[in-house]
Amino acid sequence: MSTATEAMPDYPRPFKAFWQGFAANRGALAALLLFALIATAALLAPWLSPYDPIEQFRDHMLTAPAWAAGGSRQFLLGTDELGRDMLSRLLHGGRVSLGIGLASVLLSLLPGVMLGLLAAFHQQWLSPAIMRVMDILLALPGLLLAICVITILGPGLVNTVIAIAIGALPGYTRLTRAAALAEIGKDYVTASRIAGAGSLRLMFITVLPNCMAPLIVNASLSFSTAILETAGLGFLGLGVQAPLPEWGTMLSAARDYIERAPWVITLPGLTILASVLAINLMGDGLRDALDPKLKKIS
Amino acid sequence: MFSFILKRLATLIPTLIGITLVAFGLIRLIPGDPIEVMMGERRLDPEVHAAMVKSMGLDQPLATQYFRYLGNLLHGDLGQSLVSREPVAKEFAALFPATVELALTALLLAVALGLLLGMLAGLKRGSLFDQGVMGMATVGYSMPVFWWGLILIMFFSVNLGWTPVSGRISIEYDVARVSGFLLLDSWLSGEEGAFSSALAHLLLPAVVLGTSSLAVVARMTRSSMLEVLREDYVRTARAKGLSPVRVVVVHALRNALIPVLTVVGMQTGSLLAGAVLTETIFSWPGIGKWLIDSIARRDYPVVQAGILISALTFIAVNLCVDILYGVVNPRIRAQ
Repeated sequence: MSTATEAMPDYPRPFKAFWQGFAANRGALAALLLFALIATAALLAPWLSPYDPIEQFRDHMLTAPAWAAGGSRQFLLGTDELGRDMLSRLLHGGRVSLGIGLASVLLSLLPGVMLGLLAAFHQQWLSPAIMRVMDILLALPGLLLAICVITILGPGLVNTVIAIAIGALPGYTRLTRAAALAEIGKDYVTASRIAGAGSLRLMFITVLPNCMAPLIVNASLSFSTAILETAGLGFLGLGVQAPLPEWGTMLSAARDYIERAPWVITLPGLTILASVLAINLMGDGLRDALDPKLKKIS
Repeated sequence: MFSFILKRLATLIPTLIGITLVAFGLIRLIPGDPIEVMMGERRLDPEVHAAMVKSMGLDQPLATQYFRYLGNLLHGDLGQSLVSREPVAKEFAALFPATVELALTALLLAVALGLLLGMLAGLKRGSLFDQGVMGMATVGYSMPVFWWGLILIMFFSVNLGWTPVSGRISIEYDVARVSGFLLLDSWLSGEEGAFSSALAHLLLPAVVLGTSSLAVVARMTRSSMLEVLREDYVRTARAKGLSPVRVVVVHALRNALIPVLTVVGMQTGSLLAGAVLTETIFSWPGIGKWLIDSIARRDYPVVQAGILISALTFIAVNLCVDILYGVVNPRIRAQ
């Protein structure tokens, strides 16, 4: 027994190994910091923002940011066309945009994993049925599928989450199925099966933990896609409805002031770009750390 | 090769049936009575209502309705717009070339620049150029399309006045419609200034739409190039004393293109989705803008057709890519 322990090479613990891989990517580390900043700001929005995000200061419509000509300290990032404080709206908008992103990732991850595992474990009947439905969903590219769902359900916050989640579902299902199929034939699964493990145990306890790496990477990518799609739907007037602050919706309202008040365009867009960029860079880092095989693909 | 194409076509049948079911279900899934939903605020007297139910076949069983819809589709009948009273297929035929022109230009831009930048970045791995290109690619990939459009309009159209803000061509030109592609038609018309006007209108939207695809193609080309450069046959080619240009272009690039091709195929999806946003920003009269306008007008037959057409386009392009893939890489055919 003791000889066996001595012979074991000194592997780093899983989390430490993961962290080393992740931190080796400087960009990912910086992105993590940036994202933490954005997420904290969004989380603490009610305490950080100087004003109510929907309060209209009718005497201060389209006030420039503090550093620009005509700006005042009263509104650090200026005001929009209805005299609402930009900073407060951006902070509260973060809660909406990141919240929708997170909710839609969960709402597509859980059913997607479930369906993928079912497809992998029931290859005769369920698999073709599930995968054909996913093919149909995949035939409509992201935003268009979301638009289709919104047409049926109507615009709004919850419906935006549902629409985006449906679009992300096929990705998770396909990934889980492929990863699970690669694991199912391995000896440890057979051993577990022979030892009498039920199919639920095989699915969730034996196989699923070994399929997590690509799923986590995909989750980070679909999180950033969800933020972009939320903003896109908001911009088209099909997403979150006014007066609720959401980055895309803010841009949609600001289009008419492109000449007079550039800050109502630049600021929400920069916020979206910064968040999406941070998440994508983090995703690259996650992929490097979790899935070295995928590293060379991009 | 022929059986490979047939097999690919056969796997599409369930998807095609599914897509028509989705499009068919669209009107019927909207909560409430479809006719009242479509007519909106207007009060309908029951007789008109009953007549409409009958004319749309909504009194028939669902299965009958679906097969009638399918039958109409096969005859090229996409229904009738509630707003313009024109056949949807006719409106579509007028708008589709605009979207294709925009998407193709964007794709061309993305592939040409993406291949070049990706290849050079791969060859100069780790250099400042490589890091710059990859950094820009990550930003381009993360860019919200509609905001990018607004920023470019703000800079090039509003501040510098270089490009027009919206539309496909200045109104003073009345170009005869030959192909529906304005770039081609305006060139054929020979009218002075028409071509450059069409080009100036096309440039900004195409750049906006092509940005994320450009980023993806550049990233993919670079990594695929890096992989191929490690292969034995590249070393052999070098050892034989071939010129570096010949090694890269003839031996490495050709093989590196295979994965890039798949990525290009997948970009059609994001181009179609991006077209909806780009066309809305630039008031580009294509099917993306048509779709969004129709949703706002509750013109559901048009929405139904728009969704169906987008899906069919996406499927058709991916089919072509798959077949091309089989041509380029014989190993795929055997599987």
